[in-house]
Amino acid sequence: MREIIITELTQAFQDLVRGFAHYLPRLIVMLIIAFVGWMIAYLLKVLARSILRLTRFSKLSENAGATQLLNQAALPSSTELLSRFVFWVAWVGFILLGVSVLGIVGLQEYISQFFLFLPRLFVALVILFFGLLAASFFSRAALLAAVNVNFRSSRLLSISIRVIISIFALSMVFEVLGVAKETMLITFGTALGAVMLSLAIAFGIGGKDVAREFLEKRIVTGKKEEKEDELSPL
Amino acid sequence: MAEEMLLTDDFLRQLINVGEVDILVGLRTHNNATTIESVIRAIQTGILKCFPRERAVIINADGGSQDKTPELVVSASIDDVRSVSKVYALRTLHCISTRYASNPEPGTGLRAILAAADLLHAKACVVFSPDSTTIESDWLQRLVRPIYSDNFDLVSPIYRRQKFEGVLMRNLLYPMTRAIYGYRVREPYPSEFAISGRLASDFLNKESWNEESSRLGAEIHLTVAALTGAYRVCQSFLGPKAQPDRGASDLVAAMRRTVGALFSSLDIAFPLWSTITGSHPVPTIGAQSEVVMEPVRVNRKRLRDMFATGVAQLEPVFRSILSASAFSELQRIATLEVSEFNYPADLWAKTVFEFAASYHKSVISRDHIVQALAPLYRGRALTFLLENRDGSEEDIERNLESLCGDFERLKPYLLEVWADRK
Repeated sequence: MREIIITELTQAFQDLVRGFAHYLPRLIVMLIIAFVGWMIAYLLKVLARSILRLTRFSKLSENAGATQLLNQAALPSSTELLSRFVFWVAWVGFILLGVSVLGIVGLQEYISQFFLFLPRLFVALVILFFGLLAASFFSRAALLAAVNVNFRSSRLLSISIRVIISIFALSMVFEVLGVAKETMLITFGTALGAVMLSLAIAFGIGGKDVAREFLEKRIVTGKKEEKEDELSPL
Repeated sequence: MAEEMLLTDDFLRQLINVGEVDILVGLRTHNNATTIESVIRAIQTGILKCFPRERAVIINADGGSQDKTPELVVSASIDDVRSVSKVYALRTLHCISTRYASNPEPGTGLRAILAAADLLHAKACVVFSPDSTTIESDWLQRLVRPIYSDNFDLVSPIYRRQKFEGVLMRNLLYPMTRAIYGYRVREPYPSEFAISGRLASDFLNKESWNEESSRLGAEIHLTVAALTGAYRVCQSFLGPKAQPDRGASDLVAAMRRTVGALFSSLDIAFPLWSTITGSHPVPTIGAQSEVVMEPVRVNRKRLRDMFATGVAQLEPVFRSILSASAFSELQRIATLEVSEFNYPADLWAKTVFEFAASYHKSVISRDHIVQALAPLYRGRALTFLLENRDGSEEDIERNLESLCGDFERLKPYLLEVWADRK
């Protein structure tokens, strides 16, 4: 009995040592890959940061309104955030590559799914960035145009345009990521419908006097007022 | 647009038929049927009276008129003018029309005219506004003679103006051009002007034609090119300036053509203007300025309200363009009633310089920067109106000199904000 126990224990220990000896080189390879990956990811981060600084990305992000959002959330600058993102994506990619060397059954599929997800994540980020940029640009353009023609609710118009474009960009981002596709579609449709309906009600009921006043001025006395109000600039 | 596109085969054929000329008169038109005939008649009379021995041609560059303006130009007969003025030209006076685009683009129109002047080796090229209702036959002589007889390269006009007309010209374009480039040219964005063949050829060969500001405000760039190059510039008094009807929407368009072009010229010519201090008068033929004291009806409350609304509504835009001190000062002014409203000259000069520096750094879209200046301009226009309401011609001139002095005095501030990395 005692001998059997000792034999089994020896066998188990030998199996463990054999198994460990079998995995040790792979583990070392994984650690080497992770370490080299860290160095490459760090270099990529430095490179990305330099490129973003050279291309004055911070200005673009300021124009897009992204800098303001990041400041409000006490997050680092957009340049720093994006270069950190590059670092983590690259390093996690290398770690997963190292893990795949271990040959753990079932893990391979998840790792390949992660790598397949990366291009979509990149596209989603690009869409989000340019969506925010477009929202900022068009809302500012609307604000300036509205102020210069003396439109009373200029800020409201500008905010509405920003919200609509942002929602549209976000729905596209979720569409690309494949996250909650239907929910986003319904949310976007409902939000847009609500905005349009509220605008229609606001203009129809709240603005009827303004509309009448506007039309009267435009049709009856428009030209006269224009001449009186505007000094010839040139 | 390449030069080959500007000079179509048909246009080129007509130009070849003309041969070399001494004087080329350019007209950029777009739906000017109501005024073009009187303008052509004045030009023809001017040529017959003052330059009967010179070879002259009238070139019409049309931007897609729908009212048969080009046909009216080409069909304008010189015989009518001869019978009225009893003067005869010794040469044939050609009238040529070309359509440079289906939409009006003043810079491209000017480029077509300059290309023709270059091809025909014109000694003088004079450009007239097609909607001028006040043009006289002797305007041609007043513009061309300094080039022909005194070897000037650019003759800029001086007009007799109603005292509240040309507010943007008097409050921004003139003072800023004077402070930046050091020459007192009253109309840096001239409607009528004359240039020598040399300046026409040199300006035609500039590479900035593809930039939007050059296409919109080529006149400003032409003035700047003459002031910063080795060219002789003078001014000539013409007479009353015609004011076409303008609505509120025209203000932003006018600012794009003028202020946008002036701001963009600063980028190109920085090494030249950054070392200039003070300003020099330019030779002037005739009166330095003339002001008509006719009253004009302006809704001052509306101007104040549009300024105040602009300052309040455009706060996020102004915060990215203006310094905190300038913006807080504007917010204070926005609370003032019409009776006590005052947008001081030095603050206005500072504001314009901060806008110019922001335009240079493109802190936001450049077009948005120019648009954002419109409400502030209204505030300055109101102050101009109030301070000159009961003023005589001398008072108006004194106030203008003081404003120009502020622009010149604050030029180091422009250099400071220009270099500052915001």
